Amino acid sequence: MGTSNTTTLLRRRALVWESIERQDDDGAPDGLVGRLERLCRGAAEHVGLTGAAVNLMSPTGSDGVVAASDERCKDLVEMQFTTGQGPGPDAFYLRRPVLAPDLAAAEEQRWQGYASMALGAGVRSAFAFPLQIGPTRLGVLDLFGDVPEMPDEEQLAVALTFAQMATEILLDGRLTTAEGDLDPDVGSALSYRVEIYQAQGMLTVWLGVGLPEALVRMRATAFEQGRTLIELAHDIVAGCSLVECEI
Amino acid sequence: MIAPARLMDAFVEMADTLVDDFDLVDFLHHMTDHTAAISGSSSVGLLLGDEHGRLNFMAATSTGAEHLELYQLQTREGPCVDSVRSGQPVVVTDLHQATHRWPSFAPMAVAAGFGSVHAFPMRLRDRVVGALNVFGVEVAPLDETDVRVIQALADVATISLLQERALAAASTLTQQLQGALSSRILIEQAKGVIAASNDVTLRQAFESLRKYARSHHVLLSDLAARVVDREVNPSEFAS
Repeated sequence: MGTSNTTTLLRRRALVWESIERQDDDGAPDGLVGRLERLCRGAAEHVGLTGAAVNLMSPTGSDGVVAASDERCKDLVEMQFTTGQGPGPDAFYLRRPVLAPDLAAAEEQRWQGYASMALGAGVRSAFAFPLQIGPTRLGVLDLFGDVPEMPDEEQLAVALTFAQMATEILLDGRLTTAEGDLDPDVGSALSYRVEIYQAQGMLTVWLGVGLPEALVRMRATAFEQGRTLIELAHDIVAGCSLVECEI
Repeated sequence: MIAPARLMDAFVEMADTLVDDFDLVDFLHHMTDHTAAISGSSSVGLLLGDEHGRLNFMAATSTGAEHLELYQLQTREGPCVDSVRSGQPVVVTDLHQATHRWPSFAPMAVAAGFGSVHAFPMRLRDRVVGALNVFGVEVAPLDETDVRVIQALADVATISLLQERALAAASTLTQQLQGALSSRILIEQAKGVIAASNDVTLRQAFESLRKYARSHHVLLSDLAARVVDREVNPSEFAS
């Protein structure tokens, strides 16, 4: 590797640091979650897109958005969780970036359900970069754009650098406490999902099915109604009957 | 000097720790075997530091080398110990002349039939992870090219080891994270199961889950898992 390449790599990393350490934007909380939120905003800005989100994932699926540049991006990731499809899950399972510069293009039929929901929310392009080191996988950095456009080579390299540094931040050991509990900030960032799990438990009783089947039924219902799982789960937990919720 | 093809294989092997069944002891035994092949010496030993900085014997190509490595650990003197301490190579071409430097080790090595020793640090920048010893029967230095090749191999192995440690640490952290995440999810699911089974609110469900865990001395997350799997009947939580 030549000196100029090294300089380029260092310059990209400096871009990310600048974004994370930026103090003027004080909308984000301090700590791990705050740093990741600033990283998301920086990623969107420097890759030339509208927003970004860090989605924690495990082989069994998504564990939730720990940080996002804005609420809409969080919703866009939740649509992936609702439909079980999209660039994010693909990037995680394939262990490589997945690029969808135009969700309206014919070839994006691979995620028919997700593409139609995301387009409905006004987004046009989606790019996902796995957060991984060696065989260890933590999740995905999702990026979204409003115009059908492919980032250029340098922008993609910058996106990869942001993903790499998001991985480093996640791995710096503060996700869990010494007792093995979830870091309180991370816990509260992920707590928006609790009603999904509560509703899932309720449905196993009401429908007499297992947990996976309960989730499948919720997904199907939410997708049919054009809503996210969170909205549907909220109604179920609030006491909406099976008939009312149309499950 | 060994055949270039064998040498290339050695370097590739020492660079690759990214295998599913990576075995540290096996890796270090290969390291000493390759070093023996390059140097032409049949006695090569290796000491490695743990995360507390304590040195451990890890591998040797002969019983003689193994004894000398263990002896260095016991007496805390000798070429490997010095090399780890300084991060520099240690070369003694005539062990008979080294008694002032290593009063215990040098006579022991001579008695074991060795005339010379080279110690190569396993170092990356300011981190020294261990050292490699090559014992020679003759009173003579190693070939200069061999010295450079062995040090290069030690450098590659060091980078691989540090990378493997970083990956192992990442894997542990991820497992902790997954454990913590799935406990939370299980507790919420169990709350839902109890609430729906007994027609109580989620808060009441959580309280009865906690009460049960306390009185039965079980972890909340373990209990939640058993409720979700119906190993504990949800009706047990009816108030």
